[in-house]
Amino acid sequence: MRRVVLAAAAALSLSFVGVAAASEGGGALPDRHWSFSGIFGTIDKAAAQRGLQVYREVCAGCHSLSLLSYRHLAGIGLDEDGIKAIAAEATVVDGPNDAGEMFERPGRPADRFAAPFPNEKASRAANNGAYPPDLSVITKARAGGANYVFGILTGYGEAPADLTMQEGMNYNTYFPGLQIAMPAPLSEGSVEYADGTPATVEQMASDVTMFMTWAAEPETDARKRMGIKAMLFLLVLTGLFYATKRKVWAALH
Amino acid sequence: MSAPVFKNPVVRWIDYRMPIFTFMHHQLHAYPTPRNLNYWWNFGSLAGIVLVIMIVTGVVLAMHYVPNSDLAFASVERIMRDVNYGWLIRYLHMNGGSMFFIAVYIHIFRGLYFGSYKAPRELLWILGVVILLLMMATAFMGYVLPWGQMSFWGATVITNLFSAVPVVGEWIVSWLWGGFTIGNPTLNRFFSLHYLLPFVIVAVVFLHLWALHRFGSNNPLGIDAKGPQDTIPFHPYYTAKDAFGLGAFLLFYAAIVFYAPNFFAEPDNYIPANPMVTPTHIVPEWYLLPFYAILRAFTFDIWFLKAKLLGVIGMFASILILCVLPWLDRSPVRSARYRPIYKQFFWVLLADCLILGLVGAHAPNDLVFPGLAGPVVEGVEAGGFQYVHLGQIATAYYFLHFLFVIPLLGLFERPRPLPLGIGQPVLKGAAHSHSQTMEKA
Repeated sequence: MRRVVLAAAAALSLSFVGVAAASEGGGALPDRHWSFSGIFGTIDKAAAQRGLQVYREVCAGCHSLSLLSYRHLAGIGLDEDGIKAIAAEATVVDGPNDAGEMFERPGRPADRFAAPFPNEKASRAANNGAYPPDLSVITKARAGGANYVFGILTGYGEAPADLTMQEGMNYNTYFPGLQIAMPAPLSEGSVEYADGTPATVEQMASDVTMFMTWAAEPETDARKRMGIKAMLFLLVLTGLFYATKRKVWAALH
Repeated sequence: MSAPVFKNPVVRWIDYRMPIFTFMHHQLHAYPTPRNLNYWWNFGSLAGIVLVIMIVTGVVLAMHYVPNSDLAFASVERIMRDVNYGWLIRYLHMNGGSMFFIAVYIHIFRGLYFGSYKAPRELLWILGVVILLLMMATAFMGYVLPWGQMSFWGATVITNLFSAVPVVGEWIVSWLWGGFTIGNPTLNRFFSLHYLLPFVIVAVVFLHLWALHRFGSNNPLGIDAKGPQDTIPFHPYYTAKDAFGLGAFLLFYAAIVFYAPNFFAEPDNYIPANPMVTPTHIVPEWYLLPFYAILRAFTFDIWFLKAKLLGVIGMFASILILCVLPWLDRSPVRSARYRPIYKQFFWVLLADCLILGLVGAHAPNDLVFPGLAGPVVEGVEAGGFQYVHLGQIATAYYFLHFLFVIPLLGLFERPRPLPLGIGQPVLKGAAHSHSQTMEKA
């Protein structure tokens, strides 16, 4: 009886994990191997920098990244001058000044990423009524995480003949309900990489997913590094506790 | 117990005027404990340690969190990004909730298996149920604080339950909300109470320990300690044993925090709360799923009682029924080791609770066996065995277990003969054969 219950419990706990993903609809997500997968995985900084370029040149036209500041980009290996240059390209509304007026100025590293629209209404008005979500925590906010983001970016195609598409919608095999308001954002050569990497759709999708994963959890690398130390420490500590327990109880047995 | 003699003159000076060191010596050091406690007895102290971790991390989080519906979500993310080790503190706290419930649920089922709720420990058990209720309220309000989609809609579902109360229901709901909809006043009061309730839990934990130390721990044999040969001092024996259990538990906790910090979380809660968009499935945290399943199992009215009110009554009754368990169970034998039939039903109850959890995680009308679904007919409700049906069966069993199975077992079950004592000097050979039956069980 006990074995049956424990086996069932194990099966149940596995099926809980599957519940969220399975109930969303849309096809099975691509299962890619990422550099950040696993306990020793790290963010590929070169890929994340290319992904930043894709974000700035493609995604940022509609999607905000409101929880990040430019200074955070040091986390993917940008130096101070590089960060200042990127920040300065943005226009930020500041103020009021001594005359009581708001004014525009170039961005500074401490500023948050400038949003493409001043508010949700403006965003919807410019995007056919749809609201492009903020991308700051997108890989944490979708079941499937990085694989979902990559899937959406590469999942566009011709709608099957038996599917009636709504006005202005696009077919995407990985989107719940298969119809997405965002038109395919990436096409061959959408950006020109400085490091000479060929800008295929898959390459750009992979790079920007790397960037999004870092943006959602900038602490990932530090967390995993500390995790190894913590686990090793606890392993030794637990071993010592076990030896102590054996020694203390030896008098009783 | 003789009074200890302290070498340190300061300790002696204080202890003469306020015998706190004598008290600690008696309760933590010399405290006689059955010599045969197994590792299932670790989870009480583990729960206590997690409570301390939760309070320490929570106090630090509260220094940085902003309880305002416009700022809360971003303030949590600011903790993750800009506060020194904020991500560690927040992930420890967020997953600490799950660890707390894991420890407490194992602690409760250990009590059920070994009959720890029986006389003279009824009040100890009831205080434990009070702690569980306080934990659920605290955890629920804590889950609302990040003000994500699941926070908002979870709060909507749970607070709306009170609208089922006849006559004054709607009034109670507005009173809880502090307005006519969930909003900033709701978030503010939840934050205030989320900070308060853990200290109430600490107070009840002290009462729980007070009641525990009156008669001491139950033990796997379920018989009373007959004399000094049956007990050992708490320190160093159980401090050493609990320390090893703590190490193992912290390894598990750390593995989650460092490598799968969002394992227990819903992705939807990383979407800022939006009153205009309802998530496709509103699900509570895993530890509340069985109760959520009981709530939703009542889909029918009984006489003048509406289904919604029945669901709320069922949900609260499923916990409060534990308070009367010591009187529902008439069997004089505590431990399931000597109750061959009760032992089987214990595992059935555990399986039933896991099934309720599974049901709580699914939409009520999802099919349990999608492969066996009949042909889909437009406009006709889907046939087949749905999760709500499974939930109804599991809910029925849950209450039947406590209201019929347990009382009847007390009358008709023939327990196996109990050993004479715990200590090896009394029963060396028999104690050996018990440890063998334990491994087979």
